[in-house]
Amino acid sequence: MSVVKRVSMIFKAKANKALDRMEDPRETLDYSYQRQLEMLTQVRRGVADVATSRKRVELQMNTLQQQQDKLDRQARQALGGGREDLAREALTRKSALQSQIADLQTQYQSLQADEEKLTAASQRLQTKVEAFRTQKETIKATYTAAEAQTRIGEAVSGISEEMGDVGMAVQRAQDKTAQMQARAGAIDELMASGALDDVTAQPNDDIQRELDQMGGGHDVDRELERMKVELGGGEAPREIEGTAPGAAGSTANGQAGKAADQPQTGDGA
Amino acid sequence: MIVRILGEGQLVVDDVMSAELNELDAKLEAAVNAGDEKAFRPALAGLLARVRAAGTPVPADSLEPSDVILPYSEASMDDVRALLTDDGLIPG
Repeated sequence: MSVVKRVSMIFKAKANKALDRMEDPRETLDYSYQRQLEMLTQVRRGVADVATSRKRVELQMNTLQQQQDKLDRQARQALGGGREDLAREALTRKSALQSQIADLQTQYQSLQADEEKLTAASQRLQTKVEAFRTQKETIKATYTAAEAQTRIGEAVSGISEEMGDVGMAVQRAQDKTAQMQARAGAIDELMASGALDDVTAQPNDDIQRELDQMGGGHDVDRELERMKVELGGGEAPREIEGTAPGAAGSTANGQAGKAADQPQTGDGA
Repeated sequence: MIVRILGEGQLVVDDVMSAELNELDAKLEAAVNAGDEKAFRPALAGLLARVRAAGTPVPADSLEPSDVILPYSEASMDDVRALLTDDGLIPG
């Protein structure tokens, strides 16, 4: 038998199974209506869950995007200052973030599509539930066994098919949301642990520190040049030229200074 | 006839379409039976696309059951197989 026929047959059989047990057809109506209301609540909760998930992914995406923009600025700044090594480091980190962002974008789009589908399903079901309630009251009011059997059968199997469909959609969305929550949680943990933002998100990350130092170095260079001009001497001492520029020199100086301080404190105590 | 695409709702499709849909269904069946993922994806997508293009949505307040029910668009081959078994995906 064809795929479509089998799917249709089994789906319908399953959707109607729970309703077959009622002896009084009117009981079937009430029971089905009860199930419909429960299903409506479930779908709405499903929509809310997916929306929460989507917002969380959106927040993460924005954070990573900001980090990426910052690295881009830093790379430009470093390159402008002639520090290609620093620019390369910033760009390497930027490209590492890119795959994370791309992954989040895919998740975001998928969640957005799910949300739209579930919202539509929820609205469809609500309209059908309202239509069912009207029919239910009419059938009950004009109840004659033979007539009611047929009408109840039609109404109930139509809506239980809808509920089966919506129920599956909610289940799928929940499974997917759970998976994405786990992945989002992993990214949050990475961010919290510092693995992702250690290099970028801190107000004074290492690249920024070097860039700041680089700026300082230039000021020193400029000042030196001005002093040389003021003194009118072309023969600036070579030692100064050798030590002033570059961040590495400053760092080394800083460490040397500290090292020199420590023994003194030790002597005092 | 009324066709339901799971996850999307019901559409009215002209009975004239039956033959064409059966052909597309046969392709899907062949792919599922052969476990051929490469053939499965386009077969399912093709079937659903044809129904979407040819069908008009059933009014939301209609309580009519469908004549035919099709798998949801993102269904994997395993999902479709599960739809074909009694204790498959459909909640009771």
